[in-house]
Amino acid sequence: MSFASHYSYWATIVLMIAGLYVVIARGNLVKKLIGLGIFQTSVYLLYVAPGKLIGGTAPIIAEGYRTYSNPLPHVLILTAIVVGVATLALGLALVVRIREAYDTIEEDEILRLDDEDGS
Amino acid sequence: MIDALVVNALLTMMVFIVLVMVGQRNLFAVVILGGIYSFLMATALVALDAVDVAMTEASVGAGISTVLLLGALYLTRGDEAKPMRHSTIPLIVSVAVGAALVYGSLGLPAFSDPNAPIQTHVAPRYLKETLSATGVPNAVTSVLASYRGYDTLGETTVVFTAGAGVIALLRRRRRIREDEER
Repeated sequence: MSFASHYSYWATIVLMIAGLYVVIARGNLVKKLIGLGIFQTSVYLLYVAPGKLIGGTAPIIAEGYRTYSNPLPHVLILTAIVVGVATLALGLALVVRIREAYDTIEEDEILRLDDEDGS
Repeated sequence: MIDALVVNALLTMMVFIVLVMVGQRNLFAVVILGGIYSFLMATALVALDAVDVAMTEASVGAGISTVLLLGALYLTRGDEAKPMRHSTIPLIVSVAVGAALVYGSLGLPAFSDPNAPIQTHVAPRYLKETLSATGVPNAVTSVLASYRGYDTLGETTVVFTAGAGVIALLRRRRRIREDEER
């Protein structure tokens, strides 16, 4: 194990915790969804990076090439990207509805309005 | 060796962009930085030999997601996120999760190790048989559309459900506005 051999994992982990931090700490709902997107895309790297082979090529079988990178993570991540944009679209539609109902997209203001309604 | 260098340089740029995004309060700037981040991700995926994923990420991640976010910003008129107070607990949680992940990553095989389990387990079989079993030279396509065709069908169900949900949420909105105009 050396610094260079694990750098890609660690950069991915930094992206991941940055996304996690935005989701937990930021009150703005659009920013929260962007944080969720960062978290999601970092997972792509976590899957695809270990499948890479130095000197390999994309997994398209052709004459003259012997080393191919692993195709299976690519398949999983293709599905994840499409599902990710579907959840983003649904989340943004919910944010638009919340803004219609509360006239704000800040979490603490929404909670305050809810408290006032309840009391 | 140059492959690893390119990937690491791209990853460093992505880390930098994401750190700017975390601190930035102007939502329009955050969305545009997100587009740059997605294109960098697509480039990194090309460098990692995942060409199919890179094309999808460039069109869906950098294209459709950015358009959706800009549309949502227009509809919500949310330009600026509010500054937030007490953020020590989220920071501690995030750093703790990161530390656990780094500890876990120490047990992973080195980047691009040809003897890692991921390379020796089932992947060689798919690469060897894809041409004779499905007639498709691209192993990603053959797994996606042939070996795991039902999974892809399930994926389209997810997208359909999400689309139906978006339409249901936004149609209500239009109806309310029409009532107001009347």
